[in-house]
Amino acid sequence: MLNRTAENVARATPEPLARKVRGISDKGLAWLFISPTILLLLAINIFPLFWAIYLSFTNFRANRPNEVVKNLGFANYQRILGDQDIWIAMQTTAHFVFWTILLQTLIGFTLAWLIDRKFRGHAFWTTIILVPMMLSPAVVGNFWRFLYEPQIGLFAYAISFVTRIPPTDIQMLSNVSLAPWSIIIVDTWMWTPYVMLICLAGLRSIPEYIYEAAEVDRASNWRQFWSITLPMALPFIMLAVLFRGIENFKMFDMVNLLTGGGPGSTTEVASITLKRQAFESWRTGYSSAFAIILFVAVFGLANIYVKALNKVKQR
Amino acid sequence: MSLTTAHSVVAPSANSKRIAGTIIVLYALISIVPLLWIFATSFKTPPDSIAYPPKILFQPSIEGYCNLFTTRTRQTPDYINSLGPATGFCDETSRKRNMVIAGPSNFLPRFVNSLIIAFGSTFCAVFLGTLSAYGFSRFKVPLADDLLFFILSTRFMPPIAVAIPIYLMYRELGLSDTALGMILLYTAVNVSLAVWLLKGFIDEIPREYEEAAMIDGYTRLQAFWRTVLPQATTGIAATAIFCLIFAWNEYAFAALLTSGTAQTAPPFIPTIIGEGGQDWPAVAAGTTIFLVPILVFTILLRKQLLRGITFGAVRK
Repeated sequence: MLNRTAENVARATPEPLARKVRGISDKGLAWLFISPTILLLLAINIFPLFWAIYLSFTNFRANRPNEVVKNLGFANYQRILGDQDIWIAMQTTAHFVFWTILLQTLIGFTLAWLIDRKFRGHAFWTTIILVPMMLSPAVVGNFWRFLYEPQIGLFAYAISFVTRIPPTDIQMLSNVSLAPWSIIIVDTWMWTPYVMLICLAGLRSIPEYIYEAAEVDRASNWRQFWSITLPMALPFIMLAVLFRGIENFKMFDMVNLLTGGGPGSTTEVASITLKRQAFESWRTGYSSAFAIILFVAVFGLANIYVKALNKVKQR
Repeated sequence: MSLTTAHSVVAPSANSKRIAGTIIVLYALISIVPLLWIFATSFKTPPDSIAYPPKILFQPSIEGYCNLFTTRTRQTPDYINSLGPATGFCDETSRKRNMVIAGPSNFLPRFVNSLIIAFGSTFCAVFLGTLSAYGFSRFKVPLADDLLFFILSTRFMPPIAVAIPIYLMYRELGLSDTALGMILLYTAVNVSLAVWLLKGFIDEIPREYEEAAMIDGYTRLQAFWRTVLPQATTGIAATAIFCLIFAWNEYAFAALLTSGTAQTAPPFIPTIIGEGGQDWPAVAAGTTIFLVPILVFTILLRKQLLRGITFGAVRK
């Protein structure tokens, strides 16, 4: 996906025309067109990032701006790597990322595979399925809290209707072992359509003649699925996993509204820890160091993953 | 090939189509239930909304919407009656139904904030994005690949991570809790999507158009204005809607960086409190009003959806 840009740059403007300087030169125009975006990103992304790096070496607290700021060297980083709570938060995050991606990929791919059959009305039903992912996670998360309510909520009622477990026993948000699943369910409900859409594009990109050839060779349906469908859709599935992985690693809104990290700290993902450290305990330096570690982790993992993705694509 | 037509060899059988169709329809119906429930709840009375077992059939009421938009302070039916003749539809309704008003709602200003911030930042992001995308698409930009990756990578950061320094920076500059600050922030977040998407759209417009225009005596800037922009209208519109949806739905920055005057609807809606706990019909009414524009856009955007959610990395 990133390699394509190189090709585009390679076939740049034909020289003789580009040199036709009238009014502003092409070079000036390119600079004029691109610089506002770069400047804005430098001001609102890069400058704060460097500020955060600076703060991560200090004991600065944003609620006490007049206190003398001390340089701590790598002490914040050392403390984070030795902090039990932060490791638990990272584990919780990994747990969420793993389950949401697994469920979303499995269900999303299956749905795409079924829709690809082009039954009557498939376009309409596909649109209906796509609706949840377009909504605001915060607003929807808040409403799911209502659905999860054991005494009055639709979710508890439906589950108890099917399983005959009394609804008061279905404490999705306050039960320690159910609370993580309450978030995984909402995330899966919301984002499965996303994976489905990308998988569908992958399935539609497989040329029909390959199946025709397999049919001539009398390959079974099962064999066709494993040797054609899955490998050819794999780059698309991996792309969906990349995007969902980055997003779920950053997950904040849904958790904050459904459980707020509780009960206890059972659903406290990295973003929630970060918010607590930065905006409740006001340990700005410490939380900046944690933010930098998170950023490096996402960036590093995403880069390794994109390399693997490119290898699969080139096969 | 001579025995069967090319299509029938691989076309799914009628039976498998039927099974697939049934499963998809079932999934779609189940996944849409929570949204239908939000919609239904917005037309319930507070007691109906928390009845158990949940009420599927109920007498529709617009109390939720009245409570959402009221500017009256918390008051009882007696107090409302003492005010003299009813003014306006909501007053009449609350009188007729003996409603207890939960308090003045800030929903309308929050909704207006959402509109201003979402449309403002979308305009800026699309404007900057179109220029940059054209620059990257048509000119030899030094380090273009690195710059494009840099633009994309600004999306890798957890919002909370950048929120700390942005919070401090905004406090210094007096931008905290202002619409301008939020517009700048959302523009910066959206511009990455805008550049990547629009570059894809502009790459697809043949260069020959501009070349022809320039041979006719237009300058590069005029050629861009007269030939490229009109060709890119569809792409620009699709990009704008994706930026709009993001800014409309954003929660983390809004929750951390705004508290009052510039607060948008997503952090506000969960805080709507009624008599003894959350006023679910009012929350549902706010949610419904908030979701409607997005539903309309989703239907309009069906064809471009894939491009938008993958930064143009996948084309249909």
